[in-house]
Amino acid sequence: MTENIVEINNLSFGYGSRRLHKGINMKFPRGKVVAIMGGSGSGKTTLLRLIGGQLKPTHGEVKVTGQIVHKQDRPGMYALRRKMGMLFQFGALFTDLSVYDNVAFPMREHTNLPESMIRDLVLMKLNAVGLRGAHKLMPAELSGGMARRVALARAIALDPSIIMYDEPFAGLDPISMGVIVNLIRNLNDVLGATSIVVTHDVHEAFSFVDYVYFVADGVVAAEGTPEELHASQLPFVHQFVHGDVDGPVPFHYAAPDYRQDLLRAAHV
Amino acid sequence: MDRTTMDLWVGLFVAAGIAALIGLAMKVGNLTSDHLGDTYTVSAHFDDIGGLKPRAPIKSAGVVVGRVDSIQFDTKRYDAVVTLKIDKHYKFPRDTFASINTSGLLGEQYVTLEAGGDEEMLEENGKGKIDHTQPALVLEKLIGQFVSGKASEGDSGTSQNTTENTQ
Amino acid sequence: MFKQTTKTLRGIGHRFIDRIWRLGTAARFVWRILRRSSDNPLRLIGLTVREMYATGVLSLVIILVSALFVGMVLALQGYNTLQRYGSSEAAGVLVALSLVRELGPVVTALLFAGRAGTAITAEIGLMKTTEQLSAMEMMAVNPIARVIAPRFWAGVISMPLLAAMFSMVGVLGGYLVAVPLLGIDHGAFWSQMQTSVDFRADIVNGVIKSFVFGIACTIIALFEGYDAPPTAEGVSRATTRTVVNSSLAVLGLDFALTSFMISV
Repeated sequence: MTENIVEINNLSFGYGSRRLHKGINMKFPRGKVVAIMGGSGSGKTTLLRLIGGQLKPTHGEVKVTGQIVHKQDRPGMYALRRKMGMLFQFGALFTDLSVYDNVAFPMREHTNLPESMIRDLVLMKLNAVGLRGAHKLMPAELSGGMARRVALARAIALDPSIIMYDEPFAGLDPISMGVIVNLIRNLNDVLGATSIVVTHDVHEAFSFVDYVYFVADGVVAAEGTPEELHASQLPFVHQFVHGDVDGPVPFHYAAPDYRQDLLRAAHV
Repeated sequence: MDRTTMDLWVGLFVAAGIAALIGLAMKVGNLTSDHLGDTYTVSAHFDDIGGLKPRAPIKSAGVVVGRVDSIQFDTKRYDAVVTLKIDKHYKFPRDTFASINTSGLLGEQYVTLEAGGDEEMLEENGKGKIDHTQPALVLEKLIGQFVSGKASEGDSGTSQNTTENTQ
Repeated sequence: MFKQTTKTLRGIGHRFIDRIWRLGTAARFVWRILRRSSDNPLRLIGLTVREMYATGVLSLVIILVSALFVGMVLALQGYNTLQRYGSSEAAGVLVALSLVRELGPVVTALLFAGRAGTAITAEIGLMKTTEQLSAMEMMAVNPIARVIAPRFWAGVISMPLLAAMFSMVGVLGGYLVAVPLLGIDHGAFWSQMQTSVDFRADIVNGVIKSFVFGIACTIIALFEGYDAPPTAEGVSRATTRTVVNSSLAVLGLDFALTSFMISV
């Protein structure tokens, strides 16, 4: 029986009057790589921020290792976040620090390790993502894929038990994408961590994740293993997996009747 | 940039800033020339202080011996009480004479102390009091007196009203 | 007609509330900076020193060059006017008083807003746009304590030092023009200056002014950056607002402080 490292129970969230999530339930068991998928603007990234405690849910709760995230005070929240690593969409490397200092940053902030040990650890983490040789470079000198690998090394600097990935494949060439896919899978298995991957890249995601949640209209529209979803006859899932233009997710943004709109224009 | 070079630059920056502050205080400002050691205060009543201001110098025989501390109006005697801060090194007899003078025609006003012949010195416990004072010479008054003097020369026995008429 | 009026009024009301709201956010922002500053004072000092390189040292060149020219121009102008009254020696006094009381703090603050303030806003805004601040938060590091507070203290400390250097270099610039060029007596230049410039009323007040300007300019720069919409356009607008708001704040505060200092 695997325990759930992260649990999302009946979660609702919205910005102002716009409701983004309307009662979401998800479970992330230890050791698994779970993908959260959905169209652009369906609140996938917001879910990560809710797990990380950067946003507060309007209803429901997020539990991380059994603790309710939004009920933590600041030290409690920071203690929880130290168990998490997050890879931001474009890496979010600190532009004024070198690759080495970027990876060393969380260690220097949270541990009192001597500099020699930090050096060993940093080089080890960089080696894991294949960029040990680039430790002297500045973030501006890195390609998009390299920057993301450095950011990944930084995210796993403190050996987190939860690693979150926000659109790890956005804007990458196929080779870099393959590298990242391998890294996510391997790091998860080596560290014994739980990975949450937010993406809309169906093909890449289906190739390596254990479980998939589809988010649409603020609820979990479908869930299952990649195989189950691939075979799914649910119209929404079918549209998403096969990339059809029109379907349950309409091509048109909600609008009044086209004919009436045109007629109204004629009267003005 | 190297951490140590950065530290060095910031160190230089702070040192230069403090040096500039000290330079301003010493070279541009009056911190050096103004420095009085220990002082004692005495008060003096003047009928008219003219344009005397707090911090104006107190001179005796042309040497600065202190500064004016504060100026107040005495509601009982209807004149001005000037508190003088005098350097502890300089003692003055009790019958010292204080007057208000002007440096140059339009310059700043200052207090002049002329030592008398009394054996006893002014008290240094803050209760010291200068009894003999001469008010400031106010230019407007001087001109008024001069004009009225002229007028009375030519037309003796006229009152001050004439002066005002001639003005 | 009625509809138009209510619409205009609504617009005014909306803007007004918006301003007040922003002011409140800014006040909370300052409060958070001050509270987070006590978290780890020792590390804060180290970080502040590093930021002082960016705010202080890198502003030095523009400050010193401007100061030299301002001082020289003041001496020229002062000499021209004063010699009509036969008191050209007072040029030194004029240079020193205008620098120490007004131009030192004010011009330094304006240059600071343009040089260091915009750099701070752009940097913070960019860190926000590229999610660096979020990343820091997710690493359980408070960005207010790690990024904002050191820059705040660096600005607050740098400004009076820069203003003092501005005034001093300005006086030297005035000296260069007045004594060798215009032939004012060396001794008269300095001695008249020393009798007229009061340490407490002129120099200390000037330092107080630049200290207040330092707080205002740095907070505006930091807040505009931190509050900027996370887009390229948002950051560029925030940078512009930093210059405009800092300049207005400096000039307004200068009037308020001067009238207060003169009346006391």
